[in-house]
Amino acid sequence: MGKTFYGVELPNPLMLGTAQYPSPAILEEAFRASGAGVATVSLRREGAGGAGQTFWQMIADLDVLVLPNTAGCHTVKEAVTTAHMAREVFDTKWIKLELIGHTDSLQPDVFQLVEAARILSEDGFEVFPYTTEDLIVGERLLEAGCEVLMPWGAPIGSGRGLNNTYALRAMRAEFPDVPLVVDAGIGLPSHAAAAMELGFDAVLLNTAVARAGDPVAMAKAMMAAVEAGRMGFEADPIEARDMAEASTPVIGKAFLS
Amino acid sequence: MKIVLNGEARDVAATDLAGLLAECGFSGRVATSLNEEFVPAGLRAAQTLADGDRVEVVAPMQGG
Repeated sequence: MGKTFYGVELPNPLMLGTAQYPSPAILEEAFRASGAGVATVSLRREGAGGAGQTFWQMIADLDVLVLPNTAGCHTVKEAVTTAHMAREVFDTKWIKLELIGHTDSLQPDVFQLVEAARILSEDGFEVFPYTTEDLIVGERLLEAGCEVLMPWGAPIGSGRGLNNTYALRAMRAEFPDVPLVVDAGIGLPSHAAAAMELGFDAVLLNTAVARAGDPVAMAKAMMAAVEAGRMGFEADPIEARDMAEASTPVIGKAFLS
Repeated sequence: MKIVLNGEARDVAATDLAGLLAECGFSGRVATSLNEEFVPAGLRAAQTLADGDRVEVVAPMQGG
């Protein structure tokens, strides 16, 4: 049995974003075809046409777990206010806490992240912090009340995969009982599989699917990848070695030379 | 009364936040803030408005 996310067991290890798809129909089909069990969503100013209500109805019909984000927030106050609005609109205590610190890399501002995580945890939120792979920041987030950590694989939307597998492996070793999610930077199914092979509990991605030439096929590929990666991790893989080791037995080989 | 609604200057008749939402045609799942402070749905009717107030009305949207 996998680890739970604030008491909730995910149906599978794929968390999928809902932004940037060519159309709402393709977004919907990507979820249905892949079976992704968690959808990240956001809040934006509502227009006169009520576009948000149409979107919400579609997400509600998918019958998935909803993880609202605080995307685009740069201050603790802004993120906390956004979280409160999200809790009311989406009727969930879950919040993907994003506090952006750097414009080009969208690197989290981990100092403000820890502060906001503490405020929100004390207020009853279940915080999914988008963080870096820094172990000490991870510790501080856990102390602040987080029960999940979501380090980046690479900058959001970059598709670079896992920039720092050493640090992600260290994080897995340091926090063996904490649900860990690689959030952001995934471009290929092999990246998602690699995260799962490290022993991560889930992968959160959006752009890699939404901007693929065939988002529905890519969503299915990502699901196959995370499931293969998890099975591989659980199967206790062999250690890599420098020299060959014959797999076919030498004993019994016919003498022919 | 002159307020700023979602970044746009508006002249409205409503004198409280709930009235403003009704006047401007907002319904369904929305959340509100007044001058950068969250106002829960249950407090909107009691939340009076003043000239120059900044109101934000947000709704579900695609996100990553």
